[in-house]
Amino acid sequence: MQEEKHIMTMLVDNEPGVLSRVVGLFSGKGFNIESLCVAPTMDLKVSRITIVTKANPPVIEQIEKQLRKLINVIKLRDMTGPKAVKREMALICVRAKPEHRAEILRIVDIFRCKVVDVGLEHYIIEVTGDEGKLTALLNLLKPMGIEKIARSGALALYREPR
Amino acid sequence: MYRRNNHATMKSRTVQKSKTLTGTQVLMEVLKDEGVDTIFGFPGGAVIDIYDELAKTDIRHVLVRHEQGAVHAADGYARAGGKVGVCLVTSGPGATNTVTGIASAYMDSIPIVVLTGQVPTHLIGNDAFQEVDIVGITRPCTKHNYLVQSAEDLPRIIKEAFYLAQSGRPGPVLVDLPKDVVAGKLDYVPQEEVNLKSYNPTYHPNKKQLRKVVELIEHAEKPVIFAGGGIILSKASEELTELARKTQIPVTTSLMGLGAFPGTDPLWLGMIGMHGTYRANMSTGACDLMIAIGVRFDDRVTGKTEAFASQANIVHIDIDPTSIRKNIPVTIPIVGDCKTSLKHLNPLIDQIDLGDIHTKRKKWLDQIEQWKNTKPLAYKQEDVIKPQYVIEKLYEVTKGNAIITTEVGQNQMWAAQYYHFERPNHFITSGGLGCMGFGLPAAIGAQVACPDKLVVDVAGDGSIQMNIQEMATAVQCCLPVKVVILNNRYLGMVRQWQELFYEKRYACTGMDHAPDFVKLAEAFGAVGLRASKPEEVESVLKEGLSIPQPVIMDFEVDQEESVYPMVPAGAPITEMLLV
Ligand SMILES: Cc1ncc(C[n+]2csc(CCOP(=O)(O)OP(=O)(O)O)c2C)c(N)n1
Ligand SMILES: [Mg+2]
Repeated sequence: MQEEKHIMTMLVDNEPGVLSRVVGLFSGKGFNIESLCVAPTMDLKVSRITIVTKANPPVIEQIEKQLRKLINVIKLRDMTGPKAVKREMALICVRAKPEHRAEILRIVDIFRCKVVDVGLEHYIIEVTGDEGKLTALLNLLKPMGIEKIARSGALALYREPR
Repeated sequence: MYRRNNHATMKSRTVQKSKTLTGTQVLMEVLKDEGVDTIFGFPGGAVIDIYDELAKTDIRHVLVRHEQGAVHAADGYARAGGKVGVCLVTSGPGATNTVTGIASAYMDSIPIVVLTGQVPTHLIGNDAFQEVDIVGITRPCTKHNYLVQSAEDLPRIIKEAFYLAQSGRPGPVLVDLPKDVVAGKLDYVPQEEVNLKSYNPTYHPNKKQLRKVVELIEHAEKPVIFAGGGIILSKASEELTELARKTQIPVTTSLMGLGAFPGTDPLWLGMIGMHGTYRANMSTGACDLMIAIGVRFDDRVTGKTEAFASQANIVHIDIDPTSIRKNIPVTIPIVGDCKTSLKHLNPLIDQIDLGDIHTKRKKWLDQIEQWKNTKPLAYKQEDVIKPQYVIEKLYEVTKGNAIITTEVGQNQMWAAQYYHFERPNHFITSGGLGCMGFGLPAAIGAQVACPDKLVVDVAGDGSIQMNIQEMATAVQCCLPVKVVILNNRYLGMVRQWQELFYEKRYACTGMDHAPDFVKLAEAFGAVGLRASKPEEVESVLKEGLSIPQPVIMDFEVDQEESVYPMVPAGAPITEMLLV
């Protein structure tokens, strides 16, 4: 069966140990985590966890059911598909030799990202976008030499009805 | 549902005045409020305060000899008595010793609450003396667990623990109690109800789905009911029996489901699975409709999943959505409590015309009868005592009325095969975890719950040594449990696998240096009896079972007897090795 990538978000009690329950479920049952984000919501008693996972459809069904079964998971939604907005942020440290500087800045401009740190031999670029945009940017920067990268993992919110 | 500031609720009740109490006093108040009459436990530094307070109440404390025993005893108590079992142990080693018991209760969905002591909050994380992160350790083997961080949280958390343990799909809940938290003071207002916004088990089945089940039943030629521990947990045996009898659908159960359906009913197929009966496994292979209720399709039941009930439409009713479509694809999934679902299903059946149901089922039931007659459960009687014979005699002598607990291995399977369980809550075994050392402490717990019942632990010579120290508990607490050891001087079930699949290389399964169990019983202050010949079996059982004290009966059985039928792991369950 074909593996599918799913992005799930859940509201959980903002208490010690809750993240560990969620992560422990994935490791204990052999589910895969591609990325994970967690932070409190406007209600400080509640946090939102966003997880990207890859599995075949029956396993995806199990993952959702198992997550819902956790006592501290208040609500879970599968955000896969166009009904949700997805964004990821990355900080990319790219090698910037004098002969490449202009080219890098042009790419930064086209992708509407920002240079947040400038050194003699490098730039740090801040970028936000969906997965496609990040991949495209990385592909263009790769030839100059990517020294380090920090990615946030995906976030998602359902679009509100118009 | 209860809200803390709900005016209506507040008014309708007499206004509860708060009183200032210590955490330990509050703990006792809540335990009494939950109807706790017995605690299985073992004291230590971190729980001295709790014990000090406990001794002032009329809650009975059963002092075990090992914390694993406390948890198994609470498990046995819960299963025999239908109430939440409670344990109390100290921090560190006391807490880690409970893990095996908790894991067993988790696998079998048994409602227990485990209270563990913890070092004072300011020392947590310090590698303090007898500190262990028991909440972290037991996260994957509890339904839920808590570290109580302030005395104010105590009443709410204890209430939630009891509620979670017994509602929905039951299971163990652990509450870790730091010493300073229970010694602290708080204003205590009794809490009436639990408010858990994220926890709402589905009890009521979907009606549309139930109507589809009725349609399937109407048209099925070769239906089978497969029932499990869920029937026993939700007390749905009567409803199950009603369904089976009026539709004339034969019933098999998992190990955990034994007793859910009367073992002497003509519709009874026997147990399913690796050591299931020939007719139960063959019926599963041939059926065109399987109604599975309160089961989770464990691998010991299904064998090769692709071949399991492969001709059949499968209906699966269970309260836990994660059990459905986990191992086996189903035609009609129904999330709901077994009892509630059957209560809705049965009247729907009455509305349809099944015609002359006995005539309609004749062909199918005849086929099953034929399977039964060609390959019944069997063994060859010889000069040595056959273990199966001991169980048959035990069944006769007790007239099928005893509560049977088991250890794990061949003894467990023979007990399951040869004792015909008529009623629920009479067969208590570590099914999911298969935990050696379970039977004796579980028997102690069952005896506490049912003081007037005969409670017998069917044991192996290996398993009984894993928690034999609990004989002292039984003697001290005057709990007249009986232990029937099927002594084959082997870790028999492992030896059987070695015989069948490892060319008889009996690596490390011989147990020639077992203690003399008769003398051992006497050393504990219990009674010991032995039978070495078939003709002694009945008299030893009769004598031993009539003594109003704990008794160990040592039966020297055939050393190399094996459990049949047997389905090799991973094979289709219709491919059985037979005697
Ligand atoms: C705690 C634990 N350790 C190991 C096992 C593996 N095991 C399963 S059955 C068995 C043999 C049990 O021997 P005994 O109690 O004498 O029972 P018999 O099979 O001989 O009736 C063993 C070692 C287990 N189930 N539980
Ligand atoms: Mg043995």
